Amino acid sequence: MPFIPHTEQDVKEMLKNIGIQSIENLFDEIPASLTQVSLKAIPSGVSEMALRQEMAERAANDGGMLCFIGAGAYEHHIPAAVWEIATRGEFMTAYTPYQAEASQGSLQLIYEYQTMISSLMALDVSNASLYDGATALAEAILMAVRLSKNGKSSLLIPRSVHPYYREAVKSIVGQQNIKLIEIPYQETTGKIDVDMLSAMMNDDIAALVIPQPNFFGVLEDVDQLTDWAREQKILSIALVNPIATALLKAPGEWGKEGVDIACGEGQPLGIPLASGGPYYGLMCCRQSHVRQMPGRIVGRTVDKEGKQGFVLTLQAREQHIRRAKATSNICTNQGLMVTASTIYMSLMGPNGLRRVATLCHQRTRELVDALTTIPGVEVVFEPPYFHEVLLRVNQPVKAVLSALASEGIQGGFALNEAYPELADCLLLCVTETKRTEDIKRFAHALRQVLAGSFLSGSKAACQA
Amino acid sequence: MSKIPEKLNYTKTHEWVKKEGDLLTIGITDHAQTMLGDLVYVELPQLEMNLSAGQECAVVESVKAAADIYSPVQGEVVEVNEDVIENPQLINEDPYGKGWILRVRPFDPKGAKLLSADEYSKVVASEAH
Repeated sequence: MPFIPHTEQDVKEMLKNIGIQSIENLFDEIPASLTQVSLKAIPSGVSEMALRQEMAERAANDGGMLCFIGAGAYEHHIPAAVWEIATRGEFMTAYTPYQAEASQGSLQLIYEYQTMISSLMALDVSNASLYDGATALAEAILMAVRLSKNGKSSLLIPRSVHPYYREAVKSIVGQQNIKLIEIPYQETTGKIDVDMLSAMMNDDIAALVIPQPNFFGVLEDVDQLTDWAREQKILSIALVNPIATALLKAPGEWGKEGVDIACGEGQPLGIPLASGGPYYGLMCCRQSHVRQMPGRIVGRTVDKEGKQGFVLTLQAREQHIRRAKATSNICTNQGLMVTASTIYMSLMGPNGLRRVATLCHQRTRELVDALTTIPGVEVVFEPPYFHEVLLRVNQPVKAVLSALASEGIQGGFALNEAYPELADCLLLCVTETKRTEDIKRFAHALRQVLAGSFLSGSKAACQA
Repeated sequence: MSKIPEKLNYTKTHEWVKKEGDLLTIGITDHAQTMLGDLVYVELPQLEMNLSAGQECAVVESVKAAADIYSPVQGEVVEVNEDVIENPQLINEDPYGKGWILRVRPFDPKGAKLLSADEYSKVVASEAH
């Protein structure tokens, strides 16, 4: 099908027909102060060759570092077959399958994805994916408010949820009169304190967000928290890392009855670290909540001859039909990322995923054991943790990180901005990609840095 | 031609209204259910909810579309038809009977501006093309 844009004549006729002078007039309702901004910081275009050269130069800056940063983006091994298959033309160029009968391949893939994710989460239904983990959490919160019906509009959200997620949630739900009540973490454990929750409870609260693991890598008492929410007659929203879920209890099995909604970032399942994206958000829920679930859902059915076919189902609530009253206006799915994830999960299988998760945890323990023998390093929160851990160091974090970077090691995520009270701590992550010798190399470098052998030099560099 | 019983009142947004004592029973018309097609889901308001005239108070969903039901009057929800939650098809089969949707106690019994069957059939006719 050729792409034929409107000719000048077409445009003129259309404008004449609706009685306006120019296309710009269609946007008159946008204040001029917003449309006439000068973008001085953005340079004019460059040639393809110049662009390639600049990007190659920048890409070279990424390479070769030994990375121990997680904090929401995780380096995992991705089998070569994943992107070899995902970048085939049939998958690569497929867009949201509006014309279901002509997109059976795309739909079947999404159906398989939904089946895998819902079984990983032990919940009835998965959607076809959302934009990313942070927006999936915002959508889960909006969904919980819709489900609670009787005007409840407050949410309990722990401060131990990823700070960027909390910012994204504020941006999205803050405009919709939803009040976010932040739950402090316990100073000694890093976990949510159920007694404190009870003290914060009020009649306007619609749901509780339960991160597992939380931003500090700490495992929450998810059974107790889920049961508490049920006792209060509020909904529970699990925010999970899918790799961790392969090893830990699935959200659908938390507590006596499981959570109502589970969401999270899909990146760990086969999506590489690539300057922050693209990622995808996953979302599952109980069957009884499905009408309020945002996004697309693919269903399997039979045609009039009894042959298997796939359809986009439950579309009546979506924006192309229900416009402003749609359950969500971010309801496209991250097709290509989901394709890669589905292939990744198919290759790994449940056992493979469990082995990845187990290795991540073992390597993290190995790192903790190695680093805590160094004078000046201590674990902040007691175990259990999954594959991230918070360590306190007795030297300024910024200087330590820059000294490690000069040794080719990205030595953790600094918490000073999001958690000023933890400004002397490093958030570290170890996945299956780190070998014992990598961990030894990190431990050796950190020991030297903290012993002051090259800290003073880089400190001066920092201040300069 | 869809059924438009003489003794009921109607709205431009295709609800029918039946006065029963000081309560109003509300549903969607035969014309509305035909246009929507097979209904698969109905969302009802909370009991005791206060409605203003023209406020969305329920949603009916077919495989093709979801449509709001608007309260024709200002009033309080006193009863909802739980049967249509279990079996939304009741609205298709018997829109003026078993497929009723909610009962409202109007704050001002004379306040509602409703259409007669005759006026409503003109609304339907004007949309029929």
